[in-house]
Amino acid sequence: MVVSTIESEGSGMAIDRETVLHVARLARLDLTESEADRLTLELGAILDAVSKVAELDLADVPPTSHPLDLVNIWADDEPRPSLPLDDVLANAPAREGNLFRVPPSHGAEVSA
Amino acid sequence: MIDTLRLTAEEGLGLIESRQVSSAELHAAYVAAAAERDEEIHAYLRLCEATETGGVPIALKDVISTRGIETTAGSKILAGYVPVFDSTVAARCKAAGMPIIGKTNTDEFAMGSSTENSAYGPSRNPWDPTRVPGGSGGGTAAAVSGGLAPWGLGSDTGGSIKQPSALCGNVGLRPTYGTVSRFGIVAFASSLDQIGPVAKTVRDVALLYSIIAGRDVNDSTTVELPEAVELPTNESLAGVRIGIPKQVWDLAGIEPGVRASFEGAVETARALGAEIGDCDLPLSFDYGMACYYLIAPAEASSNLARYDGVRYGPRVDAPTYREMVEQTRDAGFGDEPKRRIMLGTYALSAGYYDAYYGQAQRVRTLLIREHRAALEQFDLIATPTSPTVAFPIGERAADPLAMYACDVMTIPSCLAGLPGLNIPSGRSEGLPVGLQLIGSQFGENALFRAGHALERAIGFDTVPERLR
Repeated sequence: MVVSTIESEGSGMAIDRETVLHVARLARLDLTESEADRLTLELGAILDAVSKVAELDLADVPPTSHPLDLVNIWADDEPRPSLPLDDVLANAPAREGNLFRVPPSHGAEVSA
Repeated sequence: MIDTLRLTAEEGLGLIESRQVSSAELHAAYVAAAAERDEEIHAYLRLCEATETGGVPIALKDVISTRGIETTAGSKILAGYVPVFDSTVAARCKAAGMPIIGKTNTDEFAMGSSTENSAYGPSRNPWDPTRVPGGSGGGTAAAVSGGLAPWGLGSDTGGSIKQPSALCGNVGLRPTYGTVSRFGIVAFASSLDQIGPVAKTVRDVALLYSIIAGRDVNDSTTVELPEAVELPTNESLAGVRIGIPKQVWDLAGIEPGVRASFEGAVETARALGAEIGDCDLPLSFDYGMACYYLIAPAEASSNLARYDGVRYGPRVDAPTYREMVEQTRDAGFGDEPKRRIMLGTYALSAGYYDAYYGQAQRVRTLLIREHRAALEQFDLIATPTSPTVAFPIGERAADPLAMYACDVMTIPSCLAGLPGLNIPSGRSEGLPVGLQLIGSQFGENALFRAGHALERAIGFDTVPERLR
């Protein structure tokens, strides 16, 4: 049996611009206007192609997350030396003491 | 005078062990070759000082972390990033005394099939510099075929070792998933990424595989090899059963010259004593690409979440944390990583997860079963590696789906976690054509034996004609 679980608009437009902007927010990408336009077209075409997986009825097939039959790998909890702090912070764009410095989570105009 | 175009790693090791030449002298010879030819080829993003001695020098793809040496994965978002630790594979090469010649170019985050997605400009194919060397590991492949390295390491998620090896006329191994540590590798898709060797001969590939493979406490997905790596010596394929997927013959887009070279390799295998038969991988050919382009981007969107301008890489300053992260990521990632992050985030988002990612994981189960069934009947599966020879730079760059189609035959066995070996099968239009051999899980030795026998019988000259 062939089933389709993915809504198809029929026109080949698998994703609209609003959804692209929503996904960009989820992915923490501040897309430019032209990037959003282009990605709407490109992702539409790619989603059309990959939506092919919906043709198969796989209700009875278990998913594979990993190609090896590994379950849990146990190791003794033995303390080992960590990297020196100066090494850990060596590539930081901004550092304050032994901390990574970042901008505030809210702008000055926002009152909590 | 060392002929870097012809010297194999094994021959280089012989010269070092008999004290005719030192590691440092070999390293200097490859650096000199790079000075002569790499302005054109652009295999390397940077060259390195020789710090190890006793081993044969090596080129490392720039997704492989090297302590004290900038590692960018071909991305602007890692520009200036200098790892403070070695990846396990780099550490194992160093422990074997192998000096690093340089870090090789790659499609950004190993996403691509031509190296045109590198933020630092494309590499060029030593056989014809107007053409791509394949990708994502085009830098390592171009370095080896251009005489700029005797061997090198690449990473393969859906074909990034096998396909450039095919397009540049090298031998390349994508090992069984779990046999080579991913610790210190810039991650793309963790259930698929594997590090593997590229060289001029099957024996060199086997030798390098023996140096890097095996359990690593820092990567819990690694396992001990069930049997030691054997350097192949056989010249016969007597009793070896090789299956050809029926679907190969009907696949649209295989160039006639590639088909002819593949048929020639199959006849050579038969003449060496192999038993050739048909196998059946219908779902792999019909659904492998769709499955891969859901699973790999989904995993990539998660792995690439770490590039946030906080701990490393360039930062775009902004008034708030969130704006800083969003602007840093938009400025730092190129088009292909953005496409895949977006695709993967969408496929994992609420309301779509089951239909896309969940469904792809179930398709993956079927691909594993299908390969297992074929490999119960046959020792190896053979296909062309790439449907085409090296294509002109720019030809596919504007069409993501055309680029994705390069990997139609390399992807399914990657999803199944199986090892695959590319060996050159001949030439078409003067350019190398690759034969892909797929083995059973942990079946690297069988691949090496078959690859070695075929390599000897085919007698492919790995030196690009224009450089001879």
